Amino acid sequence: MKRAFTAACAATILALPVTAETIAPGDVTYEDGAVSTSLTGVPGNPEEGAIVMGTKSIGNCVSCHEIGALADVPWQGNIGPALDGVADRWSEAEIRGIVANAKMTYDGSMMPSFYKVSDFIRPGIGFTTKPLAPEDVEPLLTAQQIEDVVAFLVTLKEE
Amino acid sequence: ISAVGAANAEPVDDELVINEDVEIVTKTDAPEHMEYIDEVMSGWLFREDDTRDMQRDDFDNPGMLGVEAAMETWDEVDGTAGKACSDCHGTIDEAQLAGARAVYPKWNENAGEVWTIETAMNACRTERMGAEAWDYNGSDMINMSALMSYLSRGMPMNVAIDGPAAETWEKGKEIYYTRYGQLELACANCHEDHYGDMIRADHLSQGQSNGFPAYRLKDAKLVGLHNRFKGCIRDTRAEPFAIGSPEFVALELYVASRGNGLSVEGPSVRN
Ligand code: HEC
Ligand code: HEC
Ligand code: HEC
Repeated sequence: MKRAFTAACAATILALPVTAETIAPGDVTYEDGAVSTSLTGVPGNPEEGAIVMGTKSIGNCVSCHEIGALADVPWQGNIGPALDGVADRWSEAEIRGIVANAKMTYDGSMMPSFYKVSDFIRPGIGFTTKPLAPEDVEPLLTAQQIEDVVAFLVTLKEE
Repeated sequence: ISAVGAANAEPVDDELVINEDVEIVTKTDAPEHMEYIDEVMSGWLFREDDTRDMQRDDFDNPGMLGVEAAMETWDEVDGTAGKACSDCHGTIDEAQLAGARAVYPKWNENAGEVWTIETAMNACRTERMGAEAWDYNGSDMINMSALMSYLSRGMPMNVAIDGPAAETWEKGKEIYYTRYGQLELACANCHEDHYGDMIRADHLSQGQSNGFPAYRLKDAKLVGLHNRFKGCIRDTRAEPFAIGSPEFVALELYVASRGNGLSVEGPSVRN
């Protein structure tokens, strides 16, 4: 609870417009893997989402997925499916669920859970090898970054 | 399917004969204990043409400089007993320790635990030579480890996983399948489920240990196996185990057993 309080204070000081309705990682409701409610209540920005997905230090989704719409990002991996046409296959709520925590859709998925803060084994501070106290874990992406990514992915239609 | 990325995502069809002399088995039937893989493959098959070529000839293999440095150390007296490695193990040409690397990590009866070849070498230094232990990840150790690989080059990896080593092997197996860090990735996610695939710019191999120590072009030096483990676990946003720790010794035994049948290849060249 102390942590929620600190986060709330920090948010007030920064006066981010998203804070009032931001759903914390532990409070997200998944229905068959899907998340129907926006995590922030603020519409996502697809351009930001594309940056999150293609940037190594942020989402780094391209390390596992090919994304034709991001053709200028080099070295796209092929661990997961290519994301072209993903919006033909999944609804917005389903995409939000996959991005927030893919393991709710695909049991045991290799895809990291981007909006989760608990139950990690030996978490480290970034890529430093230093231990990170479980209570200090921040989600890999912020709620708004998730919304931005969702806003980008729902534009990936082929049909 | 987009035009970018995932080019050349399969292991190559190629053969490795070092110095036109030493034949290296880089692909063979998986050992019996393997549950999910039928064929084991050396990391060499997953590297680019020019990287593979560097390993075909010792003159082109920068890792051989470490082997040569260790050949000098081999004859150097160190410690209170006034002895060199060669006093007990003969000259390098006699190659008395040929074959040792292929069976390590190995149960040590006196110590009552599994030893890596590094542990064995440090035991010689501290108990038989009266010399100081080498830093597990230091260049003296890595170079001598490379010499041990060189002496066993071409011999099949053959670590024992039964008898007194079984418990350590099980522990290593558990580590192999544990999903560490905030990215929740196990060795198996990358090296068992996705070898042959691209993770960003990296072409995933089976993560075999038969090529270690490996000369990494990226680091421009010989890299020990535990340092590789450390880097792989770090990349899952986790806190790795320490180099030389009981956890990494157990993991080394398990990983080595997954490569039983592949030739000892060290010092290999990797990117
Ligand atoms: C370490 C690998 C990895 C990373 C990193 C990764 N994914 Fe995935 N992703 C997968 C895999 C594997 C699947 C297929 C599901 C499965 O089989 O587990 C998948 C599936 C998906 C799907 C469903 C695709 C479809 O067409 O059915 C979406 C959407 C997705 N990922 C989005 C993302 C986004 C957005 C990011 C980054 C914020 C990301 N992924 C990062 C591995 C990854
Ligand atoms: C996120 C993906 C990932 C995970 C998880 C991972 N590795 Fe790796 N590993 C790599 C990459 C990339 C390389 C370099 C390319 C290659 O050989 O696969 C590598 C290389 C290696 C190598 C060198 C192979 C060679 O022939 O040079 C070994 C050994 C290895 N890994 C062992 C492990 C072990 C043991 C674990 C678990 C503790 C592990 N890896 C976890 C990605 C991973
Ligand atoms: C005073 C004698 C002595 C010296 C000096 C010595 N060793 Fe040993 N070494 C031994 C003996 C004895 C063994 C145990 C042999 C056995 O158990 O079969 C051994 C075992 C080993 C083993 C394990 C071999 C195996 O087959 O299990 C290695 C590797 C090794 N020594 C390397 C070295 C190196 C490298 C040096 C120098 C830094 C060195 N030794 C110095 C006596 C010595």
